[in-house]
Amino acid sequence: MPRTKSLRRYSGLLFAGALLVSGCGRGIWVMDPAGPVGRIEKQLIDLSIILVLIVVIPVIALFAYIVYRYRDRPGSKAPYSPHWSDNTALEVIWWSIPIIIVSILGTATVKDTYALTHPPERSARPLTVEVTSLDWKWLFEYPGQHIATVNYCTIPANRPIQFILTSNAPMNSFWVPQLGGQEYTMPGMAMRLWLQADRTGVFYGHGANFTGRGFAHMQFDVVAKRQADFDRWVQAVRRSAPPLTLMGYHSLARQSIVPKLSYSSYPLGEFRKNLAKEGGMYSKHDMSIVHTYE
Amino acid sequence: MPVSPANLTGHFFVTGDPLIYGADASILLASAAVVFVLTYYKKWRWLWREWLTTVDHKKIGVMYLMAALLMLFRGGVDAILMRTQLMLPNMKFLAAEHYNQIFTTHGTIMILFMAMPLIFAMFNIAVPLQIGARDVAFPYLNAISFWLFFFGAMLLNLSFVIGGSPDAGWTSYPPLAGLGFDRGPGENFYLLALQVSGIGSMATGINFIVTILKMRAPGMTLTKMPLFTWSVLASSILIIYAFPALTAALALLLIDRVAGAHFFTMTQGGNAMMYVNLFWIWGHPEVYIVVLPAFGIFSEVFSTFSGKRIFGYTSMWLSLMTISVLSYFVWVHHFFTMGAGPDVNSFFAVASMAVAIPTGVKVFNWLFTMYRGRIRFTVPMLWALAFIPNFAIGGATGVMLAAAPADYQYHNSYFLIAHFHQVLIGGVVYGMLAGMYYWWPKMFGFKLNERLGRWGFWLFNIGFYVCFMPLYPLGLMGMTRRMYVYPAGLHWALLNLISTIGAYVMGIAFILIVIDVLYSIVRGERDVTGDPWNGRTLEWSLPSPAPHYNFARIPAVASRDAWWAMKEQRADDLNSGRQPEPLQPIHMPKNSGRPFILGVFFFVGGFGAVFGWYLLAALGFVGVLFALLSRALEYDTDYYISVEEIERTETALGRS
Repeated sequence: MPRTKSLRRYSGLLFAGALLVSGCGRGIWVMDPAGPVGRIEKQLIDLSIILVLIVVIPVIALFAYIVYRYRDRPGSKAPYSPHWSDNTALEVIWWSIPIIIVSILGTATVKDTYALTHPPERSARPLTVEVTSLDWKWLFEYPGQHIATVNYCTIPANRPIQFILTSNAPMNSFWVPQLGGQEYTMPGMAMRLWLQADRTGVFYGHGANFTGRGFAHMQFDVVAKRQADFDRWVQAVRRSAPPLTLMGYHSLARQSIVPKLSYSSYPLGEFRKNLAKEGGMYSKHDMSIVHTYE
Repeated sequence: MPVSPANLTGHFFVTGDPLIYGADASILLASAAVVFVLTYYKKWRWLWREWLTTVDHKKIGVMYLMAALLMLFRGGVDAILMRTQLMLPNMKFLAAEHYNQIFTTHGTIMILFMAMPLIFAMFNIAVPLQIGARDVAFPYLNAISFWLFFFGAMLLNLSFVIGGSPDAGWTSYPPLAGLGFDRGPGENFYLLALQVSGIGSMATGINFIVTILKMRAPGMTLTKMPLFTWSVLASSILIIYAFPALTAALALLLIDRVAGAHFFTMTQGGNAMMYVNLFWIWGHPEVYIVVLPAFGIFSEVFSTFSGKRIFGYTSMWLSLMTISVLSYFVWVHHFFTMGAGPDVNSFFAVASMAVAIPTGVKVFNWLFTMYRGRIRFTVPMLWALAFIPNFAIGGATGVMLAAAPADYQYHNSYFLIAHFHQVLIGGVVYGMLAGMYYWWPKMFGFKLNERLGRWGFWLFNIGFYVCFMPLYPLGLMGMTRRMYVYPAGLHWALLNLISTIGAYVMGIAFILIVIDVLYSIVRGERDVTGDPWNGRTLEWSLPSPAPHYNFARIPAVASRDAWWAMKEQRADDLNSGRQPEPLQPIHMPKNSGRPFILGVFFFVGGFGAVFGWYLLAALGFVGVLFALLSRALEYDTDYYISVEEIERTETALGRS
């Protein structure tokens, strides 16, 4: 029967789509999280997909049925009621369905929104990394280790990372899809983003907010290592990499595209100075975030 | 920033790119062709008297429609260029600068110079006819609105060949769009073009609120209005509350740029986020400004082509009004990831999801309008039908995006791009094309060819899915918007290639629709009845096209679907031999060239301001003041059409 065929086609299409987004394809990073933050977000995404499909599938099925059944053709035996235009019971049903679904999804959303403002795991001691988006590169400073990197960021796995984000250029957005969602980097503001990797590996990161000509090249890697390997890496950078001088910082801040770089030291306090200079002095809140770890 | 005339070749004309030279050449050739045709056929006078000076809502609607289709072409070419550049990894088709200009103008044009005039076309074409009025409340202001839109659009498009296009994205966030990072005149073009056309949009909003509230035919209470008129009312209310926020944001950014102020620069105590807030306080309602009229059109089309009353009329207008109120409480969902904090994000997340409630209700009501109907698959109905599954998916991904923590993973990714194109194309463009095919016979007196129309529809609809479905997974794979190249090896290439093929299919579909229009001008089926679709509302009671005074006698309305009721009653009337009311002279507004001239002065002033040529800017704005003042002193603005002339016209149209 053509009717069931079209129904099957539509639901098959949707099912294929649902499969695709739930992680069967390769490289669908958001659906293949490597840390607790990304996992919480993926669970919310899964829930939202299920909830919307509860409405979308019946709507499309009903649509296909009605269009097929009530098409105008000679000798149609389908009922025709040109004046039928009100039914309170039916309307109560479809005012209620979306209200129920929005209530469920809304509750889950609010719960996760608050949950993600804290470190994902409180057992391990967090590591702080200061991130500055520049035109068109990413600068990572490690206030605990006094080293800095550009366009890559090595982190210990299984430890919460506190990224403190700002910009010394137009606003960008710091996004590592496999670890979790993004947050803007904005001049004169310090914003906190908690992420954590549960396994070692190299994770793709990219700026998510347009900043002009070199924006497409603002890619960076987040490299998660075991704690011991991370410590060895810090030592190696301290030993072998050049220092980042103040002059070096200023030339880095100019518009250019650079490869991955490492620095054995960086001008301490420049992050805070940059923040204040760009307008952070008007914001006690942003400066106080920096106070918490300095 | 001011450019000295001596330095013209370096900064004024955009040079060095074959695409731009191609555009230069085609602009010159097209202008020469237009001038030649108008001169050869001695049509200058006709153009001026019939079109440039008209205050007739029907003609203004037609001009909006033509301009919007032109802008759809321009924005569509932008889209094709972008998709070509993204077809394969590391493409060298466009340089970063050009790609950035193209996506900026694509977004700006599609929202402000395509979607807006397209909805205004439908407002103008249908609303006065649907409510039994002879024109809008302020016909002269209506003409001003059109010419401000038109010259605003010209100003923005000019930037492509003169001065350089804006390139900070259609949202134009500072500090990227501020003086510190963007010194060129392109950004000024954006600010001034939007400002000029924004005044026009604002006036249109006021005009249609007054028209709908004050000029309905006797007996047509608010709850007897056609749903399209309801949607225009909701949309117009949104316009007058939302546009001032845009006007303020653009004005402050302009002051930052030309006068070195610091509204949006952190360094002197300003805040760029203030711009982002203001922009989206306009920007989110704007989405509903353009989609609500589409909902209105779908309601008319579903009802007409199912041969059935609209289901749940009260729910329908209630949901329109609910959406328009809710739409003011959702703007932060455009920047959940700017760190507003969990309280703010929770509020705006739940408010955004709540929009799905009235929208979902509308979808069910449309389905049950068709239930137990007799569905005719005409071209307008095809567009309306295709809207339902399209919008179901687009709305569903919208609900997904509203879940704030999940949005941290979607924000600025291709998932978002797929979502908003699905609701804006599947909602607004499908709606307006449905409206265009539906009201075309009313505008021009002939139908568009159904066969070509069906081809255009199917190609567009298939092309749409091929183009935009791959973008959802691409977003989840980490591809962010506004990247002019992407590297190989991330599994992005295949999906991008498929999407580009879809874009080309949509391009071919657009050409077919244009061919349909051209073919039908010559061979289209004439509409001699005035009611080619067996319509339900008052516009179908008039001849096609309607005489310039619309209604010889203002109809008395007793129920919803007024024309349907009249048709059912007409048999009784004929038998009873009741005489119609005697004709009365009709009071009409006179044509005026001043709105056009006002637009020219705005254009001149805006152009001067773009380049910091303040003498020219002052000249333009003095001209504006002069045009306003001379109107204020004008008294001979209206006239009466005599009963004899009405009788003559009506007889010629076969009605007496």
